[in-house]
Amino acid sequence: MQSKLVNKKHAKPIPFDKLMVYIIFVIVFVFFSILLEPKGFLNITNLLNILRQTAVISIMAVGGTFVMASGQIDLTVGAVAAMSSVFSALVLQKNGSIILSVLAGICFGTFVGLINGLLVTKLRLPAFLATLGVMQLVRGSAMKITDTSAIPIDNDTFTYIFGAGSVGSIPILVFWTMLIYLIGAYIFYKSSFGRHVLATGGNRLSAEYSGIKTEKVLIISFIISGLLAGLGGVLYAGRLSAGRFSYGDGDEMSVIAAVVLGGTAMSGGTGAILGSLVGSLLMGIINNALILANLSSAEQMMIRGAIIVVSVAVSNLTQKIQKAA
Amino acid sequence: MDNYCLKLNKISKSFGVKVLDDIDFALRKGEIHALVGGNGAGKSTLMKIMTGVYSKDSGTIEVNGHEVDIHNVENAQNHGIAMIFQELSLIQTMTISENIFLGREIMKNGFRNTKKMNEETSFILNKMGLDLNPEITVEHLSVGNQQMVEIAKALSKNAKILVLDEPTASLTDNETQKLFEIMHSLKTEGVSMIYISHRMNEIFKIADSVSVLRDGKLVFESIIQETSIEEIILHMLGSTSDVNLLNWQERSYSSDEVMLQVIDLSINDQITNINFDVKKGEILGLAGLMGSGRTEIVETIFGIRKKLNGTVLLNGENLEINCSADAVKAGIALIPEDRRRQGLVLIHTLKDNILLPNIKAYEHNGWINENQAVNATQAKIDEFNIIAKSMFYPINLLSGGNQQKAVIAKWMDINPKVLMLDEPTAGIDIGAKEEIINIVRNYADQGNSVIFISSELSELLAICDRILVLHDGVISENILRKEILKEEELQYAIQVS
Ligand SMILES: Nc1ncnc2c1ncn2[C@@H]1O[C@H](COP(=O)(O)OP(=O)(O)OP(=O)(O)O)[C@@H](O)[C@H]1O
Ligand SMILES: [Mg+2]
Repeated sequence: MQSKLVNKKHAKPIPFDKLMVYIIFVIVFVFFSILLEPKGFLNITNLLNILRQTAVISIMAVGGTFVMASGQIDLTVGAVAAMSSVFSALVLQKNGSIILSVLAGICFGTFVGLINGLLVTKLRLPAFLATLGVMQLVRGSAMKITDTSAIPIDNDTFTYIFGAGSVGSIPILVFWTMLIYLIGAYIFYKSSFGRHVLATGGNRLSAEYSGIKTEKVLIISFIISGLLAGLGGVLYAGRLSAGRFSYGDGDEMSVIAAVVLGGTAMSGGTGAILGSLVGSLLMGIINNALILANLSSAEQMMIRGAIIVVSVAVSNLTQKIQKAA
Repeated sequence: MDNYCLKLNKISKSFGVKVLDDIDFALRKGEIHALVGGNGAGKSTLMKIMTGVYSKDSGTIEVNGHEVDIHNVENAQNHGIAMIFQELSLIQTMTISENIFLGREIMKNGFRNTKKMNEETSFILNKMGLDLNPEITVEHLSVGNQQMVEIAKALSKNAKILVLDEPTASLTDNETQKLFEIMHSLKTEGVSMIYISHRMNEIFKIADSVSVLRDGKLVFESIIQETSIEEIILHMLGSTSDVNLLNWQERSYSSDEVMLQVIDLSINDQITNINFDVKKGEILGLAGLMGSGRTEIVETIFGIRKKLNGTVLLNGENLEINCSADAVKAGIALIPEDRRRQGLVLIHTLKDNILLPNIKAYEHNGWINENQAVNATQAKIDEFNIIAKSMFYPINLLSGGNQQKAVIAKWMDINPKVLMLDEPTAGIDIGAKEEIINIVRNYADQGNSVIFISSELSELLAICDRILVLHDGVISENILRKEILKEEELQYAIQVS
């Protein structure tokens, strides 16, 4: 017999695609720490500020990981966050109930996720197109019902719990992020649903032949993404004390970048929840550093784009070298 | 000796473990050389080294007496070497001629010269005796014809040495016949071929000489006239193994109780009013040509296809199956025909693939018990003798036959009451075939029912208690195994009826 299963349980290949983001993160962090030391990059307040500012992207990236690991894409998250912030603010204004207001935001997100899922599975639209359309529909509606004006929130408890507050010196948004990542990581890594998501993204036909309800898996993935985008909207409302149609503009792109940087393949079938967190933080650090460096917003945009391209390229190249070896 | 067109000297290759060990191999001009060996013996790897897909660790390659460097597929092509892969590699959405000229399109004034390419494609196809329109998209071709197109593609690049890796695994008998004819005519034109197959009778039909690989070593080489099936199998399995060809064995279990009953099942306008039953402990064979409806019937029972009407009873109870998940819940499993597309998630690990249909069983209070999952996987790997570096490696790195064993292993974990297998032994070596047949037999002996589809009649005759012959969606015969005396009778029933 050929050497059968040498070293039975221990021989695991090193997942370079998943590890790269951590290495890049450390390099970028050290680089900015040295370069921007005089500008206070390493100050605790600045670091906590980064965490606060990236919280929404980080949370939406959990949903993004599910959707992309299942082989789909969700472009609606930024628009959903905007509309959810508006809904929360409106309900709070009219009714005053925090619970109802939060429910309104989250339910709206869930609803859009369901619609996305149905469009992709039942009507077989490509996810890119379906969610591109829904994104415009949602943001347009948000603009229309608010007439482009902000809906102010005047409820300290709400803003404390959902954005502005902190426990000790730690912003409450950090706790929200941790909570969502704990749940997300559990579902992704430890439940059978997580396996089903990966199988559906890895080879939908084979998953179907394995007795998995792939349509259901896709719909639930979109719902998770929508729900978290809805929560993101509530958190925007809390942090900025208002609901507004323009929140979360471009978030869908940040989420995609964070998720891909984190080691999830756009083609589906592999994914890393914690990688998405690191990916989001990486984006947050870059944004923060570029602002500290006093760059114009044009320059910021250019450099941000370049860094994303270089990071993904580095990550892919290492994988190629690793494979060729 | 200069009648060798290709020589491989002391080729070694390791992927962490040694896969090829000092292989010497020589191919004469104009011969068909069969390369055989068990699953994972290293056949495909050796050929991929020769054709520039993999790089060798050591050794040299000579073409027509000159040492050559082959680093990529293009190098190999320039030396006239081409390979038809085990996994077909045509682009499904492009036409035949676009595929054949992919990467070296004929241009005219900066435009693709479609007319010229179509003409040349027609010319090659005609030379091979194929009557196909060069402008058909490949996805509309049968697997057999796709294979022919692959060969045409290689020939159009002036291949003088052609490697065919298990080309007949998914061909019908007629298509196989056609392929052999083409191989014969290529031979007379001076093309040398290396032919990999697990089907011994084919090798004796077509090959001039044979080499046997075992565990990465070349253990035997002979002119075909000077050897026998038994001798080859002996070398494949190693001298210690006893050579036990596929023979019918008396079944120990028999029952009159019906397990699965199919009543008036209609699937499309071709396949209508199908009626049959399977008893407890019975192994029912479905025979027929490709396209006769065998796959459609099992896929419909499994809920992958929608039925038009008809009922399926399991243990006398009506089965409402609308999707594959319902079938799994009812205890029905299907091992699908195409392992790479339907059977496996290629980018996932061996472990994830094996556990996929039954992952819920390892979930307690919402948590997957990793230890239990690993142990269950290990048990399946041992039981089915799956050769892999580790259960955590992606399954596409396993040899073809071991991938197939994994597809079967993944379904045995749910302990189905009805097990349906669609061409389960395609690409599997003799030893593993025997193992799979034994597994199926034991499984049926526990009172479970089996529906077994195969295009290899000797295999159906070895394992089935009863065989249904399908013809254009109609069951034309229902024969007890005992009533069939010779393989030819079954062959006749399938072809004519
Ligand atoms: N890219 C790879 N990385 C790691 N291991 C590999 C790779 N390709 C092949 N192997 C291993 O090399 C061994 C030989 O594989 P190979 O595909 O050559 O077998 P084979 O003789 O063609 O078998 P089969 O009849 O099943 O197709 C197997 O154990 C396989 O797992
Ligand atoms: Mg092979």
